[in-house]
Amino acid sequence: MASGARGPLATHGVYVVAAVTGTCSNRGVPRPDPPLTTHRAIEAVWRIEAARLIAGLGRLVRDIGQAEELAQDALVAALEQWPASGVPDNPGAWLMAVAKRRAIDQIRRRERFERKQEEIGRDLETSRDPSEDDFDAVLDSVEGNISDDMLRLVFTACHPVLSTEARVALTLRVLGGLTTTEIARAFLVPESTVSQRIVRAKKTLAKAGVQFEAPVGDELAARLPSVLEVVYLVFNEGYSATAGDDWMRPALCEDALRLGRILAELVPGESEAHGLVALMEIQASRSRARTGPGGAPILLLEQDRARWDQLLIHRGLTALDRAMALCGPPDRPAPGPYALQAAIAACHARARTPEQTDWVRISELYRLLAYAVPSPVVELNRAVAVSMAFGPAAGLELVDQLASAPELTSYHLLPSVRGDLLVKLGRRDEARTEFERAAALTGNERERALLTERATACTEVSAGVTAIRADSGGNDRSG
Amino acid sequence: MRFIAMVKADERSEAGEMPTEAELAAMGAYNEELVKAGVMLAGEGLHPSSRGSRVVHTAEKTTVLDGPFTETKELIAGFWLLQAKSYEEALEWLKRAPRPETGEFVIELRPVFEAEDFGEAFTPELQEQEARIRAQAEQNA
Repeated sequence: MASGARGPLATHGVYVVAAVTGTCSNRGVPRPDPPLTTHRAIEAVWRIEAARLIAGLGRLVRDIGQAEELAQDALVAALEQWPASGVPDNPGAWLMAVAKRRAIDQIRRRERFERKQEEIGRDLETSRDPSEDDFDAVLDSVEGNISDDMLRLVFTACHPVLSTEARVALTLRVLGGLTTTEIARAFLVPESTVSQRIVRAKKTLAKAGVQFEAPVGDELAARLPSVLEVVYLVFNEGYSATAGDDWMRPALCEDALRLGRILAELVPGESEAHGLVALMEIQASRSRARTGPGGAPILLLEQDRARWDQLLIHRGLTALDRAMALCGPPDRPAPGPYALQAAIAACHARARTPEQTDWVRISELYRLLAYAVPSPVVELNRAVAVSMAFGPAAGLELVDQLASAPELTSYHLLPSVRGDLLVKLGRRDEARTEFERAAALTGNERERALLTERATACTEVSAGVTAIRADSGGNDRSG
Repeated sequence: MRFIAMVKADERSEAGEMPTEAELAAMGAYNEELVKAGVMLAGEGLHPSSRGSRVVHTAEKTTVLDGPFTETKELIAGFWLLQAKSYEEALEWLKRAPRPETGEFVIELRPVFEAEDFGEAFTPELQEQEARIRAQAEQNA
């Protein structure tokens, strides 16, 4: 959607303040209201209202699939009516009213059907039709507790009975307000694939008898990772997008950040929710600095830190403080993986220059992270941090302990890191072998080229060193 | 995409008058809504222009003019920095801001420049130059 949104400057002139109530009359340029613009306004309303609408309907009909369909019906009604009537004063309430009426119709139809099936002969007078007033009563009784509905929506869309892919698609659809087309474009898959995933997800939830409920207490904490994982996956999908990609892909970072921020406000007592927000804000703060003009990636330590977004860093550090304030012994849990990764990212964010990086603290954080989520990849990162803090020999010692880890036998970064440390120790012949091994293991062309280059450089540098020695020997003789 | 929503000053804000309790409560609820929806990146209220200054640069000299400034309706009393998917979405959010008890409450919405906005004209060379300027600015700061 909003293909014009890419260049707000170019298209700004045709935007319309659609039916703004009251005050926009005599100043600025009076603007017409073509249907196309109303469509954009409807999309915007949808993005704002979709989650709350589906969440509220979910509580009424107790079924996320049905709630989503009712909300879609209301959207269709808006697309039919608003271009002529203008966007109503309170578009959210309008959509909810339409969806509610449809829900009541459906329930009435179902009741009539059931009555015919099972209660033939029963006096129809005794059964009461559900009325709109009943629904209003249900809605009003918990008015202002939309947060609870949203929480139910989050945990139902990210229910563990669903595959990760299904959770991602359903979450972006019902919480992010993205269309199937947008999700498909962002994930580089056909639209039909996304539709199928969503349809299957709804069926799976119905078949498993998943209630439209949020877990409480310990169970909430236990199921939170399945939600956080979805949000971080969406973020990484956007973060891995490259310069030439459709702008929908990098936009996923903003969608994920928004979902994360919403989530953190829904479960403000959960450290990891704030940890994830902190991690994403800080990573996003580097997005302008992480690729060169040609789209080639720039490594963290070589990035121009002036291009890091200080506002996002500030937001990330604030979120990290919130995460850390919620953990710590003796009565609170230890920091979780997201908070720890955010703390590592924060060490880089706080350093004005690469030289100011607190590598000792980063090594310690990696040690805690490896303890929280045992993984040879984390250990490898720890080895790099240790080498920066305590020298290449200390790092190499850790890397060598990892060499036997079966998970890493085909992981190109192990020989790559080992090669790097060997270069620093002046052991260039061994380094060359490592870089060659890494080049053979990587699946990424650009990376392979870089690693081959480094292998060659090892040979050239050692040859170069010999040449210089020979040269200087000659100079010595002549001088 | 980012947007700045500038709250225009009025006689009351320029007089340094504080909002009523009801106005504060309504604004607080609105801010909370923006935060809970994950769209508000920052937002601040400003002191009246009587506590501000203008720094005017010309080719020849630099002059500092102290407030207050008279063109009340052109002045800013506060701002939000919003992150939204589209201009229309940011606009929809502003339409939900609380209405004042009396008078007018005017908010001006403007998209924030992003590198992509320059399109083809913003060549890699220019981007690099911009990066250098930013780096220089950072050093000077």
